[in-house]
Amino acid sequence: MKSLEELQKIKERALERRRMSAEGVRVRVVVAMGTCGIAAGARDTMTAILGELEKQKVTDVAVTQTGCIGLCEYEPIVQVQIGEGDMVTYGKLGADRVPTLIEKHVVGGEPIAEWAIKQTA
Amino acid sequence: MEEHMNLLTTVLERYGADPEALVEILRDLSQETGYVSQELLVAVADRLQLPRSHVHSVASFYSMISVEPRGRHTVQMCQDAPCHVAGGREVWQALEETLGIHFGETTPDGEWTLQVTSCLGLCSVGPVITIDGEVFGNMTHAKVQELLGRYRGCCCGGSQGGAA
Amino acid sequence: MTYRANILISSSAPGAQAVEQALLEKIYEHHLDGEVQVMQAATLGPQAQGVELVIYPEGTHYVQLTPEDARLIVEEHLLKGRPIARLMFKGIEVEPLEAPASKEIRVVLRNVGKIDPGNIDDYIAVDGYGALGKVLTEMTPEQVLDELKRSGLRGRGGAGFPTHLKWTFARNAPGDEKFVICNGDEGDPGAFMNRRVLEGDPHAVIEGMAIAAYVIGARQGYFYVRAEYPIAISTLRLAIQQARDYGLLGNNILGTDFSFDLEVRMGAGAFVCGEETALMQSIEGARGMPTTRPPFPATKGLWAKPSNINNVETYANVPQIILKGGEWFASMGTEKSKGTKTFAIAGKVKRTGLIEVPLGVTIREIVYDVGGGILNDKKFKAVQTGGPMGGCIPEKYLDLPVDYENLAKVGSIMGSGGFVVMDEDTCMVDIARFFMEFTQDESCGKCVPCRVGTRRMLEILTDICEGRGQPGDIERLEAMAKYIARASLCGLGQGAPNPVLSTIENFRDEYEAHIYEKRCPAKVCKPLIEYIIDPETCIGCTRCARNCPVNAISGKPKQAHLIDPSVCVRCGICKQVCPVNAISIESEGKLAVG
Repeated sequence: MKSLEELQKIKERALERRRMSAEGVRVRVVVAMGTCGIAAGARDTMTAILGELEKQKVTDVAVTQTGCIGLCEYEPIVQVQIGEGDMVTYGKLGADRVPTLIEKHVVGGEPIAEWAIKQTA
Repeated sequence: MEEHMNLLTTVLERYGADPEALVEILRDLSQETGYVSQELLVAVADRLQLPRSHVHSVASFYSMISVEPRGRHTVQMCQDAPCHVAGGREVWQALEETLGIHFGETTPDGEWTLQVTSCLGLCSVGPVITIDGEVFGNMTHAKVQELLGRYRGCCCGGSQGGAA
Repeated sequence: MTYRANILISSSAPGAQAVEQALLEKIYEHHLDGEVQVMQAATLGPQAQGVELVIYPEGTHYVQLTPEDARLIVEEHLLKGRPIARLMFKGIEVEPLEAPASKEIRVVLRNVGKIDPGNIDDYIAVDGYGALGKVLTEMTPEQVLDELKRSGLRGRGGAGFPTHLKWTFARNAPGDEKFVICNGDEGDPGAFMNRRVLEGDPHAVIEGMAIAAYVIGARQGYFYVRAEYPIAISTLRLAIQQARDYGLLGNNILGTDFSFDLEVRMGAGAFVCGEETALMQSIEGARGMPTTRPPFPATKGLWAKPSNINNVETYANVPQIILKGGEWFASMGTEKSKGTKTFAIAGKVKRTGLIEVPLGVTIREIVYDVGGGILNDKKFKAVQTGGPMGGCIPEKYLDLPVDYENLAKVGSIMGSGGFVVMDEDTCMVDIARFFMEFTQDESCGKCVPCRVGTRRMLEILTDICEGRGQPGDIERLEAMAKYIARASLCGLGQGAPNPVLSTIENFRDEYEAHIYEKRCPAKVCKPLIEYIIDPETCIGCTRCARNCPVNAISGKPKQAHLIDPSVCVRCGICKQVCPVNAISIESEGKLAVG
């Protein structure tokens, strides 16, 4: 990169790519993969999510990772967002809960209220 | 020993044989061979053209560099307050009981070394232990046994992730 | 300029743009733009409530907003001072699980948990490296320093030295070769804010360091990260490589004549390496031992060259200050302590964890509003701030606004942001002993006051806790503490006596109870307590006797049991297993202790 204009271009491209990927994707699944998450089993959760999606032949889901979201005591944490809807944050989502999560929320569209972290004022 | 000398060459290349990277070089050697033997310390000093006394003083200063033999697997447990409050004492006992050694010791068969580590910054998933550098949080008595079993059963180090 | 109101809007929520536009239009329409500032924030909580905004200083939290709602908020709330109840967030139907969003403002943590740290494009998409671009093409080093001065940013590693001054010293120091260093050797037990930033938003720190390098005239920088953070290190290495691939590190960055590159150096498990002179020794490949100051690192640092060393959090603040202006940053915080600070809340509170709040919030707000109050609704006793070298602050200062000056005034420090809450069941002598054990263990041994002094203090404290305290011990501790603080070479020794001094100052009665009455008021110190079975309550179930590891409990089934204190090891198992709560801990002070 040799100029400020190029930086601007990369920014626009990155934003564009976000919009583009949002178009082809029905559901976004984000796994928190900080050390705290990994220590609590996030890697197993991530593997289980990818495996389950393949098993159930679900293709319109984008799985990404992010850093620690700041609720470490609830790790592993997985966030699910359908379309432009609100993002639901699940806590203590171990690999054992993944099949149900995929079936009910990701495929079925129904958030699992009792696994979600609620927020209050 | 020859194996260790080959490793030394690899590690030195990793850091461009830079004497300034002495701390990293020694730490990598310690982690990859279990400990830095007297012969290896001398070789490091010679290859980096540093005084032997200097290399030895650095090796003995840092807790992550071991100059004593260690087992094939190293288990570390966080010794700091947040992990202890979260039930660390029970995990501590479980580790000592299961391996049959105290902290700072190596099993007679050379398989396991038990050590303490300073805070890993994972306090909210404490108690935390590491096995060969892999971290595991929310430990309990039962999980210790399950986890050590996994490593015992498999020569490749077993797990690819944390305990759920 | 100070604004009368700051509005945070959740910019990532769908529809946020339209709401923000409506808000801004209405603000301009009423000429409020000089009084009210709108800032984009990450989402304001873990479970998004549509488009949200929070209005400071009162912290009113509005949720599920439409553009029409936004216009109404300007006209009613901002213009007439009438908050609109029906739009406010009201969600206490469920058990609170997170820090209330209204108290948190994320500057340092703004991207953490929002972007993929392994993808530089994610960072660039949220204005990443825009500050570096602005600095390199539009600003002189002096202008950057002015902006930092206006912001009032102070070092987040502990001492709180003004960042613009530190950079000025390094800039003015003579020498062709200079270095910038990032201190990521976060060793305080229980504090992990740097880990979270390095793992979640590494480019923000890299960008801050590049700006520092431009200002002081350095071409090379070092990251020193503790080896206990392997994922932070690999994330950082990947980020540096990606920045190099984009030409944001390396030669002639963004087509200018500024060149800068970075290297990561790892620690190997020595707490004292967090001290800046020790850290530089360690980077040079030596034992990490502090050296005397002066000369300060700004004139003679790494390899005796002028060096600027800041904490992870300090650097992470810099790009935002450049982009949004020093005044924006200075609008948060107190008179002398500006901006936000991350704190690691631990100990006896309902919600522990890492938070970022504006400086100047009170201890009470952190403990009760953010931390959710004391565990099991016990009584607050003290909070220990600033890590092992900080002091214990008692209840009478609950309403103290937290900033550098106030903490120093009450005998503690900001440190890196440790915040350990203690309740009525905590023995303050035991706590002082615990921290002294830590600093004693981590003392590098170079200077006598710290090496020998901390050991002597630990011996006295251990004696007091074990019932061997002598009259005069308190005075001896005080005298040694003053000497060690004055004569030690570095911050570790100078700060080591703080936990002792502050607990003597605020909880002298507990020390006296241990020494003169051989009694532990909090019933913690094992040699001074006794487990006692109440014969009236005991049902003789034999469970305690069967579980006792040393067979100290005798008694026949269905008859009251008895604990032999000379055999008892005070492990507490009997109390845990008793089904009728018949066992209590007493510390009467009449025990024969040897």
